[in-house]
Amino acid sequence: MNHAKRATEFNKDEAKVNWHDKALWYVREKRDKSAHNVHGWEYLRELGSALKANVLSNLDTYLVQFEENAKKNGVHVHWAADAKEHNEIVLSIMNKHKAKKVVKSKSMLTEECHLNPHLEKHGIEVIDTDLGERIVQLAEEPPSHIVLPAIHKTKEDVDVLFQEHLGTIPSQGNPEYLVGEARKHLRNKFLNADVAITGVNFAVANTGGFVVCTNEGNADMGVHLAKVHIACMGIEKIIPREEHLGVFLRLLARSATGQPITTYSSHFNKPEEDKEMHIVIVDNGRTEQLSREDFRASLHCIRCGACMNTCPIYRRSGGHSYDYTIPGPIGSILSPGKDLKKHSSLPFASTLCGSCSNVCPVKINIHEQLYKWRQVIVKEEPQPVIKKTIMKTAGKVLANPKLFEVAGKSARFALKHAPRFMVYNKLNAWGNARDLPEVKGDSFEEWYKKRNKNNE
Amino acid sequence: MKKKNLKVGLFIPCYVNQLYPQVGIATLELLEKLGVDVHYPQGQTCCGQPLGNSGYEEDSKGICQLFVENFKAYDYIVGPSGSCIYHVKHHFDILEQTEDVKRVRDNAYELCEFIVKVLGKKDLGASFPHKVGLHKSCHGLRGLKLGSCSEVKGEHYSTEEDLLNNVKGLQLMSLNRQDECCGFGGTFSVFEETISVKMGKDRVNDHIASDVEVLTGADHSCLMHMEGLINRNKQPLRVMHIAEILNSTL
Repeated sequence: MNHAKRATEFNKDEAKVNWHDKALWYVREKRDKSAHNVHGWEYLRELGSALKANVLSNLDTYLVQFEENAKKNGVHVHWAADAKEHNEIVLSIMNKHKAKKVVKSKSMLTEECHLNPHLEKHGIEVIDTDLGERIVQLAEEPPSHIVLPAIHKTKEDVDVLFQEHLGTIPSQGNPEYLVGEARKHLRNKFLNADVAITGVNFAVANTGGFVVCTNEGNADMGVHLAKVHIACMGIEKIIPREEHLGVFLRLLARSATGQPITTYSSHFNKPEEDKEMHIVIVDNGRTEQLSREDFRASLHCIRCGACMNTCPIYRRSGGHSYDYTIPGPIGSILSPGKDLKKHSSLPFASTLCGSCSNVCPVKINIHEQLYKWRQVIVKEEPQPVIKKTIMKTAGKVLANPKLFEVAGKSARFALKHAPRFMVYNKLNAWGNARDLPEVKGDSFEEWYKKRNKNNE
Repeated sequence: MKKKNLKVGLFIPCYVNQLYPQVGIATLELLEKLGVDVHYPQGQTCCGQPLGNSGYEEDSKGICQLFVENFKAYDYIVGPSGSCIYHVKHHFDILEQTEDVKRVRDNAYELCEFIVKVLGKKDLGASFPHKVGLHKSCHGLRGLKLGSCSEVKGEHYSTEEDLLNNVKGLQLMSLNRQDECCGFGGTFSVFEETISVKMGKDRVNDHIASDVEVLTGADHSCLMHMEGLINRNKQPLRVMHIAEILNSTL
């Protein structure tokens, strides 16, 4: 199934689409207000972008520097070439400690690597502790948004889900009640966890420390209670110096939710006494993307989700329509690099309106990369015969004024005189919900020629 | 600068030429009224955008080359469509960058931009006593920067608003979402039909909810998409290209 088909599924419930669109538009507007209150916001984006470009050009230096400093702080550093290695490393740490229970705060990387099913297969209980993540985990669904993982669910949906899994009483979707119950449920899990897994928002090369941003404090809660902390990060999460956090922390929360800063920006530098801290640094296709000049800047991404909130397609097609860990515009430029065939419809799931590039805090030229992926996909993936024929023919007709004149005339003739069933049918997706233009007599060129003749 | 001596090549996009001749006529008449030495090079076809946006940029080189041939002799190239002009300026990088190609790319202007920035005029003496809603098409807005974008911090400006605000009797209505995409997107409108239609519907309803009588814009492809929905759903909204309004003297 391609994006268009999954989007059509999502659109069977128009009221829900409207609700989804409005909920995310609200976040987008909150972002505008909060970002535009910052004097020099556009300059801050420039800085963020330039810093990330510097990082990507010097990854080798910064990563090694980070490893060195982290080791000095008593942190264990591991390197994983791909998802498989990442999962094995995490499991081996678990096994070493005979750990059976894990609490996890939000990490898109572990989603990308499908860590949960791997650990569960080995008899380990994994609990996602971010409320939205816990909701989709209970529903056995992937997150539909990277910051708001359960945005596709209404509070009534959550009510039903909690009744089934947490034994709550029906509350007609009362948020206070449901959050209270989730808190009780999670508190228990926190208290009994052997290991806490977190993601990493920013890893600081010159200190060997890293920062995890959450709104619920669940990363701190997990890490402070468990004996072992495993932090998983993609290689692009590195920033050169601690003071650069002043750029990125300001950009991140405002872009993500319109908050001036996330409720918790937790700095982890070294393990507490008698505890262990591990960092797993993961490539999983990132160096390959780095080698693609046109698409390199996609690795600037700091996972704020602003491009999803602003995308008029995402808001109306839902995150699951992308069928990729990272949905929306940024996912549509990252995913083809992972599996061109599987994700070949995603770069076309856009009108190239450019709003994504405008909100991106690190100035990724998302819509331009979408355009470029389209060119790559047409060259490398087999295309539907009809589309290919139309495009190749159009290329010839439009390069030839005589052919264009004939084609234009016959098209106008057909539109004007053909019976309605020939124009409006299943082959014409334009005409399902839209009327075709009413055809006037002459084309502009014909009119122009006549006018010039009359003036002679 | 003596504008009178400058020769302007009128670019009429392929679908406007075939389906909306009145938009081409309004553009030509408007430029003539403004004293511009405007010519329509015959035998022009298209800018190649439909192919480029569909991933068939390679197959559009002949079209782009023909465009350059048709317009290389003019000081300015002016067309009533932001997205086509954007394509010429940004995507003709697939051609060998000869002097002709560079000149055509540098001197291509969307109609409103040409009037305001090159001719330096905002009041064109038009009158149009109606409540008008302006659809700011994405390629003109975010691509050519014809106006400030809601996402970007900065002073508010809009080339189209500059012109419409000077039309006698015209009341420019404010919308709930000032610059959201209408969902046309070229072949997107067909291959992602569901979302395209939903986006168009939402945009049209915003205009209706904002008490708009006439929906206008500087890109007729977006207008064609929304007009198709309006006509099918028999909604009380007229659609006109901005050139038609600016050329009105009623």
